[in-house]
Amino acid sequence: MYEGPVQDLIDELGRLPGVGPKSAQRIAFHLLAADPADVGRLQDALGRVKEGVVFCEICGNVSEQTQCRICRDLRRDATVVCVVEEPKDVLAVERTREFKGRYHVLGGALDPLAGIGPDQLRIRELMARIGAQDITEIILATDPNTEGEATATYLVRMLRDFPGLTVTRLASGLPMGGDLEFADELTLGRALSGRRTV
Amino acid sequence: MLVGQNGQGKTNLVEAIGYVATLGSHRVATDAPLVRHGCPRAVVRTALVNEDRELTVELEIAPGKANRARVNRGPVPRPRDVLGILRTVLFAPEDLALVRGDPGERRAFMDALLVQRAPRYAGVRADYEKVLRQRNALLKSAGAARRGGRGGENDLSTLDVWDGHLAKHGAELLAARLDLVDDLAPLVAAAYAGVAPESRPAAIGYRSSLGEALPTGGERADVSAITEALLAALGEKRSQELERGVSLVGPHRDELDLVLGEAPAKGYASHGESWSYALALRLGAYELLRAEGTEPVLVLDDVFAELDRRRRQRLAEVAIAAEQVLVTAAVEEDVPGELAGTRFRVADGEVRRVE
Ligand SMILES: [Zn+2]
Repeated sequence: MYEGPVQDLIDELGRLPGVGPKSAQRIAFHLLAADPADVGRLQDALGRVKEGVVFCEICGNVSEQTQCRICRDLRRDATVVCVVEEPKDVLAVERTREFKGRYHVLGGALDPLAGIGPDQLRIRELMARIGAQDITEIILATDPNTEGEATATYLVRMLRDFPGLTVTRLASGLPMGGDLEFADELTLGRALSGRRTV
Repeated sequence: MLVGQNGQGKTNLVEAIGYVATLGSHRVATDAPLVRHGCPRAVVRTALVNEDRELTVELEIAPGKANRARVNRGPVPRPRDVLGILRTVLFAPEDLALVRGDPGERRAFMDALLVQRAPRYAGVRADYEKVLRQRNALLKSAGAARRGGRGGENDLSTLDVWDGHLAKHGAELLAARLDLVDDLAPLVAAAYAGVAPESRPAAIGYRSSLGEALPTGGERADVSAITEALLAALGEKRSQELERGVSLVGPHRDELDLVLGEAPAKGYASHGESWSYALALRLGAYELLRAEGTEPVLVLDDVFAELDRRRRQRLAEVAIAAEQVLVTAAVEEDVPGELAGTRFRVADGEVRRVE
């Protein structure tokens, strides 16, 4: 245990995902030795992240304005919506350059162990969007793991009754048990173009 | 043959070999005790020959974190990907629990053998267990909501989804176990008759939580028929499940019945018979794997001292025919003379060849 602020910093860093006690300690001492200007920039970025970032009122992606860049972009096909769990999955799909439609970010997946059911996800917003806009295809791009598959199955049931709506799921071939964000562009691109109706 | 006093590291060595084959220990249920006290991780490096190919498999065991694996120095995405490269059948004093322990011991025996037979079942089992945990969590919260008069519709609307996934993965696991027991039963019966010819005949059978509803007939188990049966059973049990907050049907509730003559082995078999039964299960597994591909490595950890003369003799006969056998013993004289091979002395964590 270190004294005062250093230990506080180590404790806070240690609570971040993927940061173990050893790395937390390393980062803390790195910051202690770093140029004040560098630390200042990090401080600013941390300060802005909660105040400056809002979630797009249409798709739920992180955004600087009330509507995100993709939802504002008129060149993007508004009739096809790709449903993902997290904002980082939007980036993963964007990297493939295969997809020209819009997104819907659920904010997670069904996960009873973590107390997450349909009400904790942006599913009602998705239904409202389909009802109000001219959407012809929903691509379910939840993670290829237990929770993501359950979420996709649930959505298939919920979306079944919308007339004229096609629901598709990414083709298999994605590494099972993984996160969408870890799939390489080629694999994800292929899964996207080979999607099948469910 | 590894000879040394207890506590010198013999079992540690064969345990490491078993870990490369099964990603688990035959001795303890978790990884933490496998790592030396005060160290962050343990490393197992093995040089193997698989279908005439030489391979190195390296595993890094770090409790509380994700284990890492490398094959021929290249990292593989998941440790699970090394399953199937090395196949072992390990017989140890702990195996008495196969006969006398809880059903969980026998389910673990079946599942480990399934994975050695076809590594993809490691994934099937992991998926099943994940869905099961999620479904149980949902049953608990939905049950509590219902009892509290809060309806719990939010939870119940997703229970059908989890039912579907539980039935799908459960049917795959259940079907594979049924086929396994089908193939294993005659081998175990023969092995038992060989080990204990004066005893009553041994018969193993699969008991499903589906009971009479388990689809039967046909050469191999029918996954889609079992899926339907599981779904129907889940529907019937739903209210009971919500009350108790646990899943009441599925392969996690099943049992491998061990019968001796007319009676269950557990509770009715003598000490000697229980040992013979445990040995017969391992020998049966060995014969099964051997008939289906790469020869498994036979590992006999400290078992000769536990067996009487005839059982020792019988085990030695099987072991002599095996391609590779690793034997550990505290006293060399406990091991039948015909198993003479390369000898190593294990003392204080060091292994030295005996010339
Ligand atoms: Zn948006």
